[in-house]
Amino acid sequence: MTSRTISSNSGGGSIASVSALVAVFGVLALIIAGRTIDHAMGIQAMTFIVLVTAFLVGTGMWAGNLINRNPFDESRYEDTLVKFGVFASVFWGIAGLLVGVIIALQLTFPNIFYFPEFGWTNFGRLRPLHTSAVIFAFGGNVLLATSFYVVQRTCRTRIAGGMWPWFVFWGYQFFIVLAATGYLLGVTQSKEYAEPEWYVDLWLTIVWVAYLLVFLGTLWKRKEPHIYVANWFYLSFIVTIAMLHIVNNLSIPVSWTGTKSVQVFAGVQDAMTQWWYGHNAVGFFLTTGFLAIMYYFIPKRVNRPVYSYRLSIVHFWSLIFIYIWAGPHHLHYTALPQWAQTLGMTFSIMLWMPSWGGMINGVMTLSGAWDKLRTDPVVRMMVVSLAFYGMATFEGPLMSVRAVNSLSHYTEWGIGHVHSGALGWVGYISFGALYCLVPWLYKKKALFSKSLVEWHFWISTIGILFYMISMWFAGIMEGLMWRAYNEYGFLEYSFVETVEAKHISYMIRALGGGLYFSGAVIMAYNLVRTALGHGAAEPVDSKPDPYANPEPRATLVPAE
Amino acid sequence: MSIMNKHGLLERHSLLLTVGILVVVSIGGLIQMAPLAYMDNTIEKVDGMRPYTPLELMGRDIYVREGCYVCHSQMVRPLRDEVERYGHYSLAAESMYDHPFQWGSKRTGPDLARVGGKYSAEWQVDHLKDPRALVPESVMPPYAFLADKKLNFDRIGERLRTERLLGVPYTDEMIENAEGHLYAQADPDEKGYDHLDGLLEQYDGASGREGSVEFRDYDGDPGRVTEMDAIVAYLQMTGTLVDFSTYEADDLSNRR
Repeated sequence: MTSRTISSNSGGGSIASVSALVAVFGVLALIIAGRTIDHAMGIQAMTFIVLVTAFLVGTGMWAGNLINRNPFDESRYEDTLVKFGVFASVFWGIAGLLVGVIIALQLTFPNIFYFPEFGWTNFGRLRPLHTSAVIFAFGGNVLLATSFYVVQRTCRTRIAGGMWPWFVFWGYQFFIVLAATGYLLGVTQSKEYAEPEWYVDLWLTIVWVAYLLVFLGTLWKRKEPHIYVANWFYLSFIVTIAMLHIVNNLSIPVSWTGTKSVQVFAGVQDAMTQWWYGHNAVGFFLTTGFLAIMYYFIPKRVNRPVYSYRLSIVHFWSLIFIYIWAGPHHLHYTALPQWAQTLGMTFSIMLWMPSWGGMINGVMTLSGAWDKLRTDPVVRMMVVSLAFYGMATFEGPLMSVRAVNSLSHYTEWGIGHVHSGALGWVGYISFGALYCLVPWLYKKKALFSKSLVEWHFWISTIGILFYMISMWFAGIMEGLMWRAYNEYGFLEYSFVETVEAKHISYMIRALGGGLYFSGAVIMAYNLVRTALGHGAAEPVDSKPDPYANPEPRATLVPAE
Repeated sequence: MSIMNKHGLLERHSLLLTVGILVVVSIGGLIQMAPLAYMDNTIEKVDGMRPYTPLELMGRDIYVREGCYVCHSQMVRPLRDEVERYGHYSLAAESMYDHPFQWGSKRTGPDLARVGGKYSAEWQVDHLKDPRALVPESVMPPYAFLADKKLNFDRIGERLRTERLLGVPYTDEMIENAEGHLYAQADPDEKGYDHLDGLLEQYDGASGREGSVEFRDYDGDPGRVTEMDAIVAYLQMTGTLVDFSTYEADDLSNRR
């Protein structure tokens, strides 16, 4: 009776199909684990089997307790999934920032933070762990959570696919665990931000296709005639990341039971493909995805329409068209043919305009609500994120000019640049969205503590400034030292003298990172207390059915 | 503006919007990447390039595994100070057999494109074991554990075959004798003695010049092949293959 009730709706079918798919991959992992002679592959396969088993057992227990309740009630939004996404973001964010602080300390005090007997804690293995944890684990979960929240609200319908969005969420966490444990085991294909090996890439591809279908499926059953602008940005993020991921990871495994694969492209072609991918991981993961957050959360939070509908159209198409060309600016003065370098530089400079167009559209959305900058630290955080976005997207085109790049490339300036974008823009717009989401999802009137948000904001902002300024200083200094000549026409400095000169900057950088990390811990505490309903987080009186009384939407109407 | 009003069509049709996005984001990549695959002057014409020997290839895998690329570039730019500091600027031809490339993006440590032969093998081993014993200001992690780990080359034949599938010119003899060649390079006096002539003949032949393969017990631990042997063998050959005496930088086909 129970099973018939469940399977009589599409939900039961999706539980069965998701479980079957996951089980199939579990069996494949079992076969690989049994046949492999590769130690790392054995550990990876066993890890995956444990995850799959936990997922299947958990799903079975949950489905068995449903009795007659339809878990995928079409008259309600799927908010439990968003809650999972929010706290997964917080968890991975703290983990990723912590690894960042550790590797900053390794470069500052190598005698203390390296352990000769634990080679897997060396900088070379932890740095990919840091970058992947903050970009894909933290950023990815923020994008999953917010996109699931936003697409439901702006389409005014429950997310499509029954159990499939849950597959996307858990499948993505499995990807993170496999990638992260793989880095520690030394499993990497050494392409920056695309380090996971072939089998992890395959798994992510399946998860990503499911994500695209869930997202499109929700758009298809929307009860709004128009697709809201935030969803254009989410859609371009999902589609383009799929394209980039597949092409850049084309490889042939040496054996189906081993971790190692050989990249299809070599040398100069591989470099071009990698930086086409690498720069657009920034462009489409860390930019368009988070611009979607901007286009929903800023208007909602300040209760104003998006500043300009026309600007959002121009912004959207010009940004996604131009971004994809910018990759070769990572390869100035290399063996990449110069015509490609010049194209990359030209489009990078052009990219300044759509970037600032988007920033203006976000900031000007506050028109008539500027007082909120003073009264609402969450709004301030999101607006400051746009200021950092504007700064980083000016600095980027500047650094893409060949002459500037000859100085800045390979130096700490690049590290400072990405962190002003990552900590300032991506971090702050994400924190803003998380601060909005938790009270909304848990139906609380406010956050547990507003003053803790103020603390978070100021501690992190000081941290970012320490980070950026120390790295500008270190980068420009070492760039100039590398090319310095003495009066006899010889190079003035040996390489290691430039390393030594950066020591103070490294200390300040580690301090800045530590402050930023502390801010995130304060946020985690505040969000947990909010979800528990402590302090100012009093429950909102029973909320009316969203369909009977639709909430005011972030408008599609032009502001003019 | 009428074109703005037509945008409503895309806002009402999600598939149209999806296709529109896909078309717009495909153009740049196609124009930048596709020509590199068929334009003749993408890779210079040089003498001396050969595939990695099995030991060097395994060493390169360890270089990848340990994430050396996150701190060391392998791309000397054609700038005066770099050429004086590191040697001749890097050519595309020098990484034509690199699946994947190791150009890097950051120099926390110096460029390694031409580190081959710059220091002795003993220096490399000591430096890898304890970088600060030799360079007190260094921030490099210690890699002493490489000397304790036996090199795992169970799949060396499959490995070379996969490389060949993707265009690296390994011959049948190279693949069949891969294990012997590996021993010959790392332990030429004992285990690999019988394969030494084959190793030199095959790889010097592919390079077109003698002396392109260095062979010795790199880690000072005869009798077994460790990961230290492999990585030092790789480091000692980086950037040494191309014969720059015959390279004409100003030749029209090399000007890009």
